[in-house]
Amino acid sequence: MTDKELSYCPGCGHGTAHRITMEVLDDLDAIKDTIGIAPVGCSVLAYEFMNIDMQQAAHGRAPALATAVKRLWPSKHVFTYQGDGDLAAIGTAETIHACNRGENIVIIFINNGIYGMTGGQMAPTTLPQMKSSTSPNGRDTGTMGHPLKITELIAQLPGVHFVTRQAVHTPGGVRKAKKAIKKAFEQSFENKGLCFVEIVSNCNSGWKMEPRASNVWMEENMFPYYPLGDIKVNGELISK
Amino acid sequence: MKGNEAMAEAAIRCGADGYFGYPITPQSEVLEYFMAEEPWNRTGMVVLQAESEIAAINMIYGGASTGKKVLTSSSSPGISLKQEGLSYLAGAELPCVVINVVRGGPGLGDIQPAQSDYFQSVKGGGHGDYKLFVIAPSSVQESADFVKKAFDIAFKYRIPALILSDGAIGQMMEKVELFEQEERLTDEQVIEKYGSWATTGKTADRERNIITSLDLIPERLEDHNKQLQAKYKKIEENEIMFEEIHCDDADHIIVAYGTSARICQKTVQLAREKGIKLGLMRPITLWPFPKKKIAEYGDTKKGIPTPDEVLTAFEKHFM
Ligand SMILES: Cc1ncc(C[n+]2csc(CCOP(=O)(O)OP(=O)(O)O)c2C)c(N)n1
Ligand code: SF4
Repeated sequence: MTDKELSYCPGCGHGTAHRITMEVLDDLDAIKDTIGIAPVGCSVLAYEFMNIDMQQAAHGRAPALATAVKRLWPSKHVFTYQGDGDLAAIGTAETIHACNRGENIVIIFINNGIYGMTGGQMAPTTLPQMKSSTSPNGRDTGTMGHPLKITELIAQLPGVHFVTRQAVHTPGGVRKAKKAIKKAFEQSFENKGLCFVEIVSNCNSGWKMEPRASNVWMEENMFPYYPLGDIKVNGELISK
Repeated sequence: MKGNEAMAEAAIRCGADGYFGYPITPQSEVLEYFMAEEPWNRTGMVVLQAESEIAAINMIYGGASTGKKVLTSSSSPGISLKQEGLSYLAGAELPCVVINVVRGGPGLGDIQPAQSDYFQSVKGGGHGDYKLFVIAPSSVQESADFVKKAFDIAFKYRIPALILSDGAIGQMMEKVELFEQEERLTDEQVIEKYGSWATTGKTADRERNIITSLDLIPERLEDHNKQLQAKYKKIEENEIMFEEIHCDDADHIIVAYGTSARICQKTVQLAREKGIKLGLMRPITLWPFPKKKIAEYGDTKKGIPTPDEVLTAFEKHFM
């Protein structure tokens, strides 16, 4: 990480997710061989904090950038870091097609069920009945659609090698998430296909909660809908 | 060889590293030529059919950010989809080549040749205040030669370059003399040439390289815009290209580019046979535009805009 002070709200999961990603790259001695792609969202400034070469993509298009970088520089580690609006709404096509082509990249997906950066609007992953500034009376699935389990969706694609869902709000969770991110980088670097790590995270500001309360709310509401654990390992779906 | 094929072959020969595109008539031969020719076996060039024009232009952004020589092509509706990406490329000052084989519009329009994307091309096209280097071939030979020219300018100034062809030149078969194959740069050469700005991996001996068009500090963004304008001024001073046919003694001069210029050249010839002193001024770069040159013709010579294809667009620009 750089010395720059994080711009995230105190208690937000983005900072921890950044840190473990960089620790993994350090552990793998991959700093000099890694190119990261930042999204549009709260983590648009990821390039200010991650001490590696980075590109800042247009909203939703990070997997397209990563595709070209990896194909033009097969000797590099390439990853995207994206929020749920970026990855599962405006960038759905780029996400699905990069996954389907089996690009040898890592996607780190921060699912906080809301648009943090723009002030708490409804995201594709917003839970049923969950309030946001554009669903002030709660998400009505009859008219606003259902929360999109994009991670389960892309796990179906043959080009995708490793899919896991993690959280970073407890020390145990951080350890597991870091291990998963390491596995993802190692396997994508061995050209096994796309490796996808979802991190279910809080957005205490967007959810209008204290950080601690937001983590309890996340455990009680987000985890039942987005259960943690591996979804696809070594190209095989895990049956539950 | 068709104009579209000539551009693809020229890209391979000038050592391009990657092409990313999506099919649309009348430019699909570009992607088809690459896929048949398999340049990955000839030079190591990467070719990928993207899922959309939006994905393709963002692949260009990713590739150009690493200092590699990348290009994409499309036709009018697809070029509209690329505008957000072009704005980002201009903002982040990335070198690349984009080909527009123009067809009729607005909307889905038709698949006939047209010059109706003129304004979109020379005024930037997407959001924000920026320019593209715009060069318009009027033959298959120029289609090939201008791919190389466009890459040269793109890397010289770190600016996206647009080749404005159209359905006629793209589909037309003509004899073409192709330049010799040039070597692609190795990864090491790319790092040596562009490592001061390109994202090629942060080594211990340098600061990290960041490619972004974002700057949340208003003063800095203003400075960035001033610097872009200064660069555009330099291009206007140094890179204008045009051709004059029988302009010296002409009473009237037609101004036309691309396909229209070919038609007008014939008109000039017929007029001269009848003793009418007609000349043709063909802008080759549409941005920067040879405004000064046209102004020099003064009152005695009156520019006549191309009547058929461009309609109001071209006319307004210099009249
Ligand atoms: C083309 C375009 N449309 C809309 C926006 C505005 N915008 C910026 S961030 C964002 C949503 C980000 O939400 P998410 O991806 O969930 O990330 P978070 O901020 O929650 O981390 C939107 C809609 C934009 N920058 N560009
Ligand atoms: S708005 Fe939400 S996602 Fe953004 S930094 Fe604050 S808590 Fe994190």
